[in-house]
Amino acid sequence: MEFKGRAHKFGDDINTDYIISGKYKFKTLDMNELARHVMEDLDQDFYSKITPGDFLVAGRNFGCGSSREQAPLAVKHARLSAVLAKSFARIFYRNAINTGLPVVECDTDQIEPGDELVVDLAAGVIHNLTRGVAIEVKPMPSVMLQILSDGGLAAHFRKYGEFKLDQEEENAL
Amino acid sequence: MGQTIIEKILSNKSGKNVTVGDIVVATVDYVMGQDGTSPLAINAYRAMEGKKLFDPARVALVIDHSSPSPLEAVSNLHTLMRSFARETGCKLYDVGEGVCHQLMLETGRIGPGSLVVGADSHTCTYGALNAFSTGVGSTDLAAALISGKMWFKVPETIKFVCNGKLPPGVYSKDLILFLIGQVTADGATYLSAEYTGEAIRAMSIEARFTVANMAIEMGAKAGLMEADEKTFDWVKRFGGSGFEAVAADADAVYARVLEYDVSALEPQLAKPHRVDNVAPLSELAGTPIHQAVIGTCTNGRLEDLRIAAEILKGRKVSPDVRFIIAPASREIYVQAMREGLLETLVLAGGAVVTPGCGPCVGTHNGVPSDGETVISTANRNFKGRMGNRNAEIYLGSPATVMASAITGKITDPREFL
Ligand code: SF4
Repeated sequence: MEFKGRAHKFGDDINTDYIISGKYKFKTLDMNELARHVMEDLDQDFYSKITPGDFLVAGRNFGCGSSREQAPLAVKHARLSAVLAKSFARIFYRNAINTGLPVVECDTDQIEPGDELVVDLAAGVIHNLTRGVAIEVKPMPSVMLQILSDGGLAAHFRKYGEFKLDQEEENAL
Repeated sequence: MGQTIIEKILSNKSGKNVTVGDIVVATVDYVMGQDGTSPLAINAYRAMEGKKLFDPARVALVIDHSSPSPLEAVSNLHTLMRSFARETGCKLYDVGEGVCHQLMLETGRIGPGSLVVGADSHTCTYGALNAFSTGVGSTDLAAALISGKMWFKVPETIKFVCNGKLPPGVYSKDLILFLIGQVTADGATYLSAEYTGEAIRAMSIEARFTVANMAIEMGAKAGLMEADEKTFDWVKRFGGSGFEAVAADADAVYARVLEYDVSALEPQLAKPHRVDNVAPLSELAGTPIHQAVIGTCTNGRLEDLRIAAEILKGRKVSPDVRFIIAPASREIYVQAMREGLLETLVLAGGAVVTPGCGPCVGTHNGVPSDGETVISTANRNFKGRMGNRNAEIYLGSPATVMASAITGKITDPREFL
């Protein structure tokens, strides 16, 4: 998977209330509608600044707070191609993989707002075209790769009807 | 090598001897969803082509976040949950029964050694009952509904040893706010927390729930405590039996062990807009407030209402303050009525709302106006959390909230004891 786009940068500890405010999350299952409010409490016009394929870039602990899956879904439906952060809160990380939003752990200090990036997930590297640097991607746990490659957890369950994770292999690592 | 509490529970539930870093598929004892997360879980259940629940007697859906419904779109989602419950035979808690976590604590089905997943981040609360319980998203929830299983990476554990005795006017809420301030909002990410020591053992079970509830505010996957007589008494009160205490081994390995003496702790507050932005109350005394809230899954229990009524008895809330009370469950609501607590709170100027989440997440009542300041017993004060990004939220103990409601400004509760 390779993505190209520009960086929209935010700080540390971006919580799920900022990603999609609680006052919207319960109102609808229409994710395209929710997407219009993505990051609204931090930047009221954020949605209008997105060009499809752009990246959400942040610091430490992205997605902390609630367990709402509306958060990764709103990011995905806002047509952002991936979230790049120094680290992620664990529930958000699982939810993103389960719903098919790529999440990338990397050193985001090397990315400034507006930088043009190429994210190459297969090669595990991000090319910052604006700055001419290559940023290494922290590898994803293999069980998550497995779920991603099945097309998310729903597809995994459709395929096997249960959890079919290659645990032995993981434990041997 | 010795095991931590979470390593033991995950070993029991996966049928093998696990250690930190292992990926396990474990059986779950109970599965819960609330009205903000269940509709998406029902969608995911359909997408997975789920035919039936692994065990309808071990599944509950709770309508608590926007309850009663403020608008038709939400009503339709609630009805979706009701018909799913009818179709699958699971338990549905409807409007007025309470906030999901309190209801789960009152089932008698969750106790020492249990493994619970809930589609709500504060599911970690049941750690106070010596259970491994954790928040998951809607897709994970759907997988658990079908299979009765969940996959986990066995986490490292950070151990908090709280020695000494909390002084009068200082509560478990002050302690957990202090600890979150110490380790920060991501200080325990991917980790399990264990809370132990004299101060934890001295706490009532309700006070312990407050501590375990906020483990997620330091990023933790779980907030576990040892089981003792109080734990078993609580479970027994709701008809639970057959649980066995899970204790960490003496030679268990911890990522970090942090020791504190709590004897000189002051009341603490989380300042806007972060839960780890913690300061002793003395630094903030005098800050004007416009709304005071007692309730939520953190501090909406009987003990909290008793503390509030005790302080408010014979006094009135400031005319400049709106005072909202949200009992955490119907059981608590009725008991508070019987004890006359609600009478005290209401006559002093309080407004009781439906048992449930109340104004906590800004979905249906008690939304502050622009420029207002709220003091609340909840667990989160993020910008916009209560429905208005232009309001400020402070978090404190029920006693601190009550004292501040009386004076109209942030006030040390010890002035009223
Ligand atoms: S009371 Fe607040 S924190 Fe607790 S479950 Fe409800 S919304 Fe979440």
